[in-house]
Amino acid sequence: MTQWLETSLGLIVLAVVVPTLAAVFAYAFLFKAMAHMQQRLGPMEAGPHGSLQLVAEAIKWVQKEDLFPRRADRLVFGLAPIVAIVTAFSMCALIPVSNAVVGAAPSMGLFLFAALSGVSSLAIVMAGWGSNSKFSVLGGLRAAAQLLAYEIPLVLALLGVVVLAGSANLVSIVGAQSSSLWFVFPQIVGFTIFMIAAQAELTQAPFDVPVAESELVAGYMTEYSGFRFLMFFIAELATAAALSGLAVTCFLGGWNIPFVELTGTLGAVVGPLVFFVKLMIVGFLIFWIRFSFPRVREDQLHKLAWKVLVPLGLANVAITACLKVWM
Amino acid sequence: MKAGYDERRAADYMNSQLVDGRVNLELVDDDGMVLNLGPQHPATHGTLRIVVKLDGERVVWAEPVCGYMHRGYEKLAEVRTYPQVNTLLNRIDWLGSFCNEVPFIQAVEQLLEVEAPERAQWIRTVLFELGRIANLMVFLGDMGMQLGAITPPFLAFRDREHVLDLIESATGGRFHPYYNRVGGIKEDLPKGWIADVLATMPRVRRFCDEMEEMLANNEIFRSRTRGVGVIRKDLALSYGMSGANARASGIDWDLRRDTPSPMAWKHAKFNVAVSADADSFARYWVRLVEVRESTSIIEQLLTNLPAGPIQAKVRKIIKVPPGATYVETENPLGQMGYYVVSNDGLSPYRVKIRTPSFNNISVLPAVLPGENVSDLITIISSLYFILGDVDK
Repeated sequence: MTQWLETSLGLIVLAVVVPTLAAVFAYAFLFKAMAHMQQRLGPMEAGPHGSLQLVAEAIKWVQKEDLFPRRADRLVFGLAPIVAIVTAFSMCALIPVSNAVVGAAPSMGLFLFAALSGVSSLAIVMAGWGSNSKFSVLGGLRAAAQLLAYEIPLVLALLGVVVLAGSANLVSIVGAQSSSLWFVFPQIVGFTIFMIAAQAELTQAPFDVPVAESELVAGYMTEYSGFRFLMFFIAELATAAALSGLAVTCFLGGWNIPFVELTGTLGAVVGPLVFFVKLMIVGFLIFWIRFSFPRVREDQLHKLAWKVLVPLGLANVAITACLKVWM
Repeated sequence: MKAGYDERRAADYMNSQLVDGRVNLELVDDDGMVLNLGPQHPATHGTLRIVVKLDGERVVWAEPVCGYMHRGYEKLAEVRTYPQVNTLLNRIDWLGSFCNEVPFIQAVEQLLEVEAPERAQWIRTVLFELGRIANLMVFLGDMGMQLGAITPPFLAFRDREHVLDLIESATGGRFHPYYNRVGGIKEDLPKGWIADVLATMPRVRRFCDEMEEMLANNEIFRSRTRGVGVIRKDLALSYGMSGANARASGIDWDLRRDTPSPMAWKHAKFNVAVSADADSFARYWVRLVEVRESTSIIEQLLTNLPAGPIQAKVRKIIKVPPGATYVETENPLGQMGYYVVSNDGLSPYRVKIRTPSFNNISVLPAVLPGENVSDLITIISSLYFILGDVDK
């Protein structure tokens, strides 16, 4: 009985926290940070300083007609955004926010995370294929190739962390960093690979080839509108939050502050705040790069993944393992 | 064969499309996918349609289909008086609209055998160069947009606003100045305008530096544009390409320098940027240099601006004696020319407009095959056309 209660409570918290987090990301980075970098104000009307803009947008999208393109594969087309949002939310659930606030902590949490991010590419292929649109197909295929290619360096970068921490459980990875140096320092190569691969996993500039709006209109999202588009939008931002959260957990010490012991009630209160601050910093980094760079070409993208990041990631794992054994 | 496939209807449809030129290949054979880029597509800024046949991501065959925004300016010109025609011409290349007026007015002046006074010619030249800056600044930012960098266009529009303000304060119109008159210009420059322009030019140069830093020196931008869309000299010549596109292909040809003109370019020193690389990067670089040179031309001309009248003596009702003439100038997009035929009337008998963009995009079928979709966009945006200039 208690397990059911806990699970349903957790689900409710997740259903509230993740969209809120997505909204915060959208507002802080997509609307405001981008606007200020581009010498604009961004949204100013909805709510104080435009902070409720996403709520207004969401209401607008929900009101729209649920459109299916003619001769689209209705089942696949309709399911794709649901697959996307479910995987994004599950990824968020795996991130431990503090000692006390842990959604789910399976012993192979890191690899469950990687597997889930693999499922999210399925959603994109479904959307691309189901739409019965040429732009969507091209976008979906590009996305499939890209997400598969960058999944490998992403996992390789995380392997270094697993070697150092001696566990794939995200809570123990954070625990391993509370007493020692944050893993970003010994794993600086891994961190760099992770951030590049995360950028590609999010299909954001400079790796936004699948949604390149000057080439493919909106790639796999071309035919989506209304609340299905909203679901993709939230899923994208929630994935961004989840990947930033993973970066914080694996490389930046999670809820720890250097030289300060956070235990008990203090840890339960301050821990999530520390985590949130770090999350926003990493998130800003991701979006900062997005707003600054032009997009690479499809072949250059794969060259980078297969010829640079994968060998580098393998070497990183090997060297980390050797050092771990010898020291 | 698909269910419900009606052969006769398909044949009818194909025949109806034949006028459009080999567009519905899909019905004819099955290898490859025909993709319609446009008429409504983010990269065609306007209503150009590019029909491409793709093998995977590679372009097998491509053809631009234009005419979706044809407004019939050549025909409209025949039923308007000469000053009225001038108002239409602003709308051909809408980003550097002042430059469209000048060659037409010069053609009329040639037919009438009047010459605008010195000061008017100088002011025309200054505004012509401001129009060029206003036009090319959009390109410098927008090229980044087409390659996925979303910030440059905002910076471009921010700084372009200062240039438009200058054009507005001199002519009264931001986009459609209608400032040229047969035999001169509408009115003299407002007080303090020269100082304003001289203060704005460093801003424009700073914008060029910014773009050089953000795009031209960016590793990704370079790898996306270097060696992409190479248009060799002979190909460029055979398609009649002009302007920065031709200069980027190694053709050292600039009408401002190479042809006699009553305009004041001969009084300014400037370099004509030429590149032998002939790729998309060269086309970006040539335009970047061109904007910098334009600011220097404006500064040189404004510091030595001669005093005097701004309007020659012309009759109130302009009736042009019979004859024909062709005048062309180096517009932001390339060579723009007007062939004006007069039949001793109040309106021209015939106006043929030679717009640079039309020739510049005609080269697409020769360049695009073999490139992939991403490079297709790079090439289209680096060729830099304006739809009003293509369709007239």
